[in-house]
Amino acid sequence: MAARIGIFAVVVAVFLSIPAFSSAQDLQIVNAERRIDLSSHIVKDFLTLKVENIGISPAAEMLLAFSPTQIKNLAMVQALAITGKKKKKTYLPLDVKPAEQPDAPNDTGYYRVTFVSPLGPGETVSLEVLYILTNSLEPFPVEITQSESQLVYYHDSAVILSPYHVKQQTTFVKTPSTRVESFTSIEPANRAGKEIKYGPYENRASYSYAPVIIHFENNSPFAVVEELVREIEISHWGSLQITEHYRLTHGGARHKGVFSRVDYQSKRSVSGASSFNALLAVLPPRVNSVYYRDDIGNISTSHLRTGFRKSELEFEPRYPLFGGWRATFIIGYRVPLEDYLFEASDGRRYLNFTFGCPLVETIVNKLTIKVVLPEGSKDPYAILPFTVNQDLQVKYSYLDIVGRTVVVLQKDNVVPTHNVPFQVYYTFKPIYMLAEPFMLVSAFFFVFVASLAYVHIDLNIARK
Amino acid sequence: MGGKSEPAKSESMATTTTSPDLINSSFFSFKSLKLKTKQQELLLRISILGLVYILAFIARLFSVLRYESMIHEFDPYFNYRTTLFLTEKGFYEFWNWFDSESWYPLGRIIGGTLYPGLMVTAALIYWALRFLRFFVHIREVCVLTAPFFASNTTLVAYFFGKEIWDTGAGLVAAVLIAICPGYISRSVAGSYDNEAVAIFALLLTFYLFVKAVNTGSLAWALASAFGYFYMVSAWGGYVFIINLVPLYVLVLLITGRYSMRLYIAYNCMYILGMLLAMQIRFVGFQHVQSGEHMGAMGVFLLMQVFYFLDWVKYQLNDTKLFQTFLRITVTSAIMVGGIALGLGTASGYISPWTGRFYSLLDPTYAKDHIPIIASVSEHQPTAWSSFMFDYHILLFLFPAGLYFCFKRLSDATIFIVMYGLTSLYFAGVMVRLILVATPAVCLISAIAVSATVKNLTSLLRTKQKVSQTGSTKGAGSSKASSKVTLDQSQPFQKNGAIALLVGVFYLLSRYAIHCTWVTSEAYSSPSIVLAARGAHGNRILFDDYREAYYWLRQNTPTDAKIMSWWDYGYQITAMGNRTVIVDNNTWNNTHIATVGRAMSSNEDEAYEIMRSLDVNYVLVVFGGVTGYSSDDINKFLWMVRIGGGVYPVIKEPEYLVNGEFRVDKGASPKMLNCLMYKLCYYRFGELTTEYGKPPGYDRARGVEIGNKDIKLEHLEEAYTTSNWIVRIYRVKPPTNRL
Repeated sequence: MAARIGIFAVVVAVFLSIPAFSSAQDLQIVNAERRIDLSSHIVKDFLTLKVENIGISPAAEMLLAFSPTQIKNLAMVQALAITGKKKKKTYLPLDVKPAEQPDAPNDTGYYRVTFVSPLGPGETVSLEVLYILTNSLEPFPVEITQSESQLVYYHDSAVILSPYHVKQQTTFVKTPSTRVESFTSIEPANRAGKEIKYGPYENRASYSYAPVIIHFENNSPFAVVEELVREIEISHWGSLQITEHYRLTHGGARHKGVFSRVDYQSKRSVSGASSFNALLAVLPPRVNSVYYRDDIGNISTSHLRTGFRKSELEFEPRYPLFGGWRATFIIGYRVPLEDYLFEASDGRRYLNFTFGCPLVETIVNKLTIKVVLPEGSKDPYAILPFTVNQDLQVKYSYLDIVGRTVVVLQKDNVVPTHNVPFQVYYTFKPIYMLAEPFMLVSAFFFVFVASLAYVHIDLNIARK
Repeated sequence: MGGKSEPAKSESMATTTTSPDLINSSFFSFKSLKLKTKQQELLLRISILGLVYILAFIARLFSVLRYESMIHEFDPYFNYRTTLFLTEKGFYEFWNWFDSESWYPLGRIIGGTLYPGLMVTAALIYWALRFLRFFVHIREVCVLTAPFFASNTTLVAYFFGKEIWDTGAGLVAAVLIAICPGYISRSVAGSYDNEAVAIFALLLTFYLFVKAVNTGSLAWALASAFGYFYMVSAWGGYVFIINLVPLYVLVLLITGRYSMRLYIAYNCMYILGMLLAMQIRFVGFQHVQSGEHMGAMGVFLLMQVFYFLDWVKYQLNDTKLFQTFLRITVTSAIMVGGIALGLGTASGYISPWTGRFYSLLDPTYAKDHIPIIASVSEHQPTAWSSFMFDYHILLFLFPAGLYFCFKRLSDATIFIVMYGLTSLYFAGVMVRLILVATPAVCLISAIAVSATVKNLTSLLRTKQKVSQTGSTKGAGSSKASSKVTLDQSQPFQKNGAIALLVGVFYLLSRYAIHCTWVTSEAYSSPSIVLAARGAHGNRILFDDYREAYYWLRQNTPTDAKIMSWWDYGYQITAMGNRTVIVDNNTWNNTHIATVGRAMSSNEDEAYEIMRSLDVNYVLVVFGGVTGYSSDDINKFLWMVRIGGGVYPVIKEPEYLVNGEFRVDKGASPKMLNCLMYKLCYYRFGELTTEYGKPPGYDRARGVEIGNKDIKLEHLEEAYTTSNWIVRIYRVKPPTNRL
């Protein structure tokens, strides 16, 4: 007990104002292994932690700490608890929520992981944590010519930033190619092929930090969608019309100087290595009426493969994208209603659709999903596995009188792992479906009545 | 389809004269629903018109099916851009729009230099549809404006034909004009140009005027004034109306067909039409100040003199006295008119005829004096083949129709004859004026078809009646025998008539086939997207223009200035959304000549010119890789000519070798080092375009280029499209001088 108070005092002394977490130091990480995947422009970190409760009271949760730059670019954190021995491992997803800690040292950000069952004193638990960082590779040099390949910096710490004491830890960094210009070496550290290994490091105190910079080649397509607006229009007449407005950019090192078509055509391997001109969108199965266009018309370079599980739309922007170049385009398609719209037991209807961006390996800086409900729908609400900004709007479409309710969901920093189902519930009376046909029928009816009347009524003033 | 609705029409004429007993016997069970012959005829006529209306619309949708719903060619892009502006910002902003994105650094006052009719029409349709809760995109409205108005034109053609001949001719005219290639060429879906609504307005104005002359009604004259106003607001071709109508009136006066009806129609139409036309800013006071409009005013004054003389004649009752009075009045009136015109011209109040007007009257004028007009392909004199292509059988039916018109001369037929002859002359002068002549040719041909078919069928029917009566009653009846004896003078009349009818239907069906073929093959290409057949018969699209324009739009600074030849100006501003130096509104010849000079100078001189114009990017169109022949190298001589017209330092012979334009080794040194050559062929020498040919083989001209080692000093390649059709170069900032 005294020792614990002692450690506590040391921590206070080091960080001046330590957050008063309950039982913060009751936990320690016995073993940590971190694998950082830098092969694309989306940085994926896999953490395998073995956590032990060294306190006296059971701990229900633990904290994950992130540096301020990481917390800004953090797209997603997932945690799994591993139970069972080697061959009978089972994974249980854990609840992860951003946590505010007053007086966090140096603006450290936190996520709180809640265990399946509180961890008793002396018990250990194995966790798998996956977190994804976007916009974390910084191109250097900032501008490259057509013939150069793209080099980037990655900043991180050789040791894991954690509010807990870490007994033993190792970090593996995987680079896309063997070309690594430089990396900060913190002994023991070595590099073999595409992998850089930091550690093992023993007994690092909480909040240890050892900054490293890795400078390496990364020519994977840095496809960044600056803004994506997806509009899902529900028609109870049998289809779901989806329209997606993309603002795509190449987020890597900016292109400098000449673009030479001769070189691009003939020396494809060394020319424009970091550029890309083909994209892949994964669309739902049974998709139909697909189109791909932009502000000035159709773009004719696309192929659609439909399948039972998914459809794939392979398309090219009008021009290859070099660093800093932009392209905007629209993809639209239609899917059958019965695959996505269901009736809940209480009579409500709900749409079950996939969140996120259909493009493969792409970051979306700002995603807006608009679910346009049929005219006359009431009480809409959305259910999502993560927090998003929600809003309601009204949209006027063909033959609308009162307008359609639009549920607007907005989220920043979206990565492919966000492609999970979400639901929008609403109530709708089927009688509203007949409003528009009735309007059309009555309009024609009045035209005929008017022409009948015109033929039969004599409007002449003078007598014939 | 023309062939299809043709039998229906003849059927309608047949039913009009079938005896009611026949209908009674065949439809006895539907006695209550039975229609009178007249009603049946009306029903048939309306359904034929309805079908023609739809036919005219869908025949023009080939371009949408073959390509997509897009705006075509060059000028329509400007119209689309202005329409977009109008719908977004409203009419007043549109009317006062100063466009700084074109003609840099001069800019262009859009509101005062365009005919707003088309844009306002499209915007009204758009607003009306939105009001009716049809939330269409403005592009769809613009794309479909031309087919919609073409459909309306068929209705006008019907009424016009009815007015000058009869309903049969009207129906035939509606069918003929619905699918006539001469008209379709300018009114396919996506061809969002002034002509799209102007032909409708033109024909409507003529129809209403003829109607006014025939009836002498003030209401029709007023309507024709409004039709004229719409035409003025839509197209510069209104000058044709304001000259043809007075000419027609003059002819009527000379041929002694002066009447009160004519007096009312012309005066009302001219005065009101003139006042209304002045409301269009681009036209302004031209009706009283420009030489092209003076004829109408002269005829107006002459009309008053005629009226005055009529009145004097009525008052005097003395022929001899009147003759002297007539002589004095006419001489003095002509003198006063002549002096006024002379004074007006001398003082500069009345402007002389413009070059464009001269070039219409004299086909060789533009070639010698205004290269910028002569450089446009649609301003070339028409070849015989294009008449055949655009009119097909109408070319033969037209003289026949003229014969019928002269045979039954009236105020209305005189008008259509004059319209046909004058417009056909203009069509011979300029390819694109075939369009103006098309309605007249269709109407006159329709008269020929209708009159012929009517004569033939009436011949057949009388024969049938005779043979019928002959078979039932035998040759006993004296009435029948007398007819038989009458017909015996022409023994093969019936067979001949049948043969001729079959011939007519064959011709008409050929016409329908030809029209469909021409529409689908020749006139439905948007010219922005080029289509070709691949080696395996597959369709290859060259979408390089849009690739380049979209690249400009996305990847250049928003205030970048693009220099290109004027053909691409409208497209760059509309699709690329960037400022251009010159565009298709060729109002400033000097500015265009400056660009022409830059293109034909060597790189250093061109750099000075480009620096003075703040040019950031240069765009050239190059077809050497794909074999696309209407590229900048083939247009280059016009740049030299137009540039040389203003700057004598540019001399055309220096770019030619023995009067021949070459790009291979034998080309002149000036040619090999000019900016256009360098920009088109930069690094082209490293490329093998065709198997078995040396690198640098230009497929558009079929030669190996003469200068393969091109170095650029002040420019650098910024972008080249995938098929090399558009090449964009960045103008480098000046290097620091120490």
